[in-house]
Amino acid sequence: MASGILVFIEHVDGKINRASYEAVRAAQLLGAEIGQTASAVIFGESVSDAAAEVASRKLERVYTVENQWLKSYTADGYAQAFRQVIEQLQPTLVLLCHTYEVRDFAPKLAAALNRAFIGDCIGYKVEDGAPVFTRQVFQGKLSADVVAVGDAPHFASFQIGSFRGEECEAGAAEVSAISVNLDADIIRQQPEERFKEAKAAVDLTQAPLIVSVGRGIKEEKNIEIVRKLAEALGAEIAASRPICDNEWLPMDRQIGSSGQTVSPKLYLAVGISGAIQHLVGMKGARTIVAINKDPEAPIFEVADYGIVGDLFEIVPALTAEAEKRKR
Amino acid sequence: MKIIVCLKQVPKNDSILRISETGDWIQDRDLTYEINESDAYALEEALQLKEKHGGEVIALSLGPARVQSVIKEALARGADRGLHLEDPAFDKLDAFGIGAVIAAAAKTEQFDLLLTGLQSDDFGFAQTGVVAAELLGAPHATIVMAVEVAEGSMRVKRELESGYFQWVTLPSPAVLTIQSGINTLRYATLKGIMAAKKKEIKKLDAAALGLDSNVLAPKQQIRRVYFPQKTKLTEMLEGSPSEVAAKLLDRLANEARVF
Repeated sequence: MASGILVFIEHVDGKINRASYEAVRAAQLLGAEIGQTASAVIFGESVSDAAAEVASRKLERVYTVENQWLKSYTADGYAQAFRQVIEQLQPTLVLLCHTYEVRDFAPKLAAALNRAFIGDCIGYKVEDGAPVFTRQVFQGKLSADVVAVGDAPHFASFQIGSFRGEECEAGAAEVSAISVNLDADIIRQQPEERFKEAKAAVDLTQAPLIVSVGRGIKEEKNIEIVRKLAEALGAEIAASRPICDNEWLPMDRQIGSSGQTVSPKLYLAVGISGAIQHLVGMKGARTIVAINKDPEAPIFEVADYGIVGDLFEIVPALTAEAEKRKR
Repeated sequence: MKIIVCLKQVPKNDSILRISETGDWIQDRDLTYEINESDAYALEEALQLKEKHGGEVIALSLGPARVQSVIKEALARGADRGLHLEDPAFDKLDAFGIGAVIAAAAKTEQFDLLLTGLQSDDFGFAQTGVVAAELLGAPHATIVMAVEVAEGSMRVKRELESGYFQWVTLPSPAVLTIQSGINTLRYATLKGIMAAKKKEIKKLDAAALGLDSNVLAPKQQIRRVYFPQKTKLTEMLEGSPSEVAAKLLDRLANEARVF
């Protein structure tokens, strides 16, 4: 009989990804509501220090899975090891944080077990004693309440920022080792060292004022009107991913999960719909202004001030007003 | 090399969405569609790899008759032939089901490389390629930013978080999920559009793919969809452009004290 929630702890060389504690917090809260205890599992070659850190949270147990083939992350190694852990522990639910690493292996793991993986959730509800997961569809324009169908274990991952890792209840979990059988043959990916591209020339994290431009600008030549607004306000110019993909602005101006994460005094978003990959990079800004033609655009969810309308009329008017006030 | 590229047709990015009467998805009437953004980059990558290494590009799409326009667009940009996976049983598949249908179709071809975009702009599962890889018994890499093909293997650059990257080598045949921005998209030329008219689009249904209802049974179900509740109080500023400009700068100076 499957029981218990198992939380995946992600780390690089023993350094725990803070997002993992958000998944721990989700497991503590959800577990209390559905009457399930939560445990955590961490994979690697040598993870006792990391496991001890996790064990200071309120958890039933922290399982360590140590194996030479888990030294570096690979999708094949992690999925195979995790599968063996699930077969031994028989959890009813596996919770993960929706990181790039989880996106890489969790769908494989769930598919191998012929089970549901409800990914990128932003919260949960409990209906009839069972969890219902809320996830965003249409890039955040709509929310969907989703349930797993079929036998346990079910898998769910939470978007970064959905729970507060620092609110984890403290505790003293027992650490137990689980052994798995792996060999070189099953691991087909050969990873090299992680690296960063040449250091970003512009450090937007220190900019107090940012004017950011998105797909709504339509053409490269139109960037100029946003640049003029940034100049008038004394702000740095930044962009959402599609603008940098098109090379209308350099990559080091990109805000979002694959670019820089900023928390300026002012973030003025021009023609940015607010896909979650962008929001995670700027929702910590103190004041957010959004200008967009679509009143349903998700950017308005996080905005303090919103203007629905044609940016090609509003941005020049704003530039003119800012110039006027400078004089 | 033989490359299959999976293309999803999704409602246009700026579509106005209305919730269906059943409350579990959107109304599809009045919608206009486009190729899912990261899938378009996957197609371009397939075309560039073919230009460099020779071979064939097969454009695959799953969905009702309307998705043929996506396949035709791919053929016009340079793909060699199309695979259209259509069956009433394919309506409303979940991530596993979509992956299973694609895997079954890919099995009918001796492919070297199966490409998908990293996630769709509608469901946003980000699972299709990885599920298909597992069901095909093929290795995979996700969120790929560069592909170098060698004899019997490939080296790919994966995007990690916080500005990190990592090169990973894996044997072929393999499945890669492609990140937007990996290359520069091309447009179809008039010549390409004319040439596409002669290219084959093969249709495959559940029976042809040997898929029974057991494989396609949902593992997750949407109970309801709704517009998200606002978590922040947003003041919407209205008026002529110059009026809203003045209102905004007043508030930024006096309320938010930004300046």
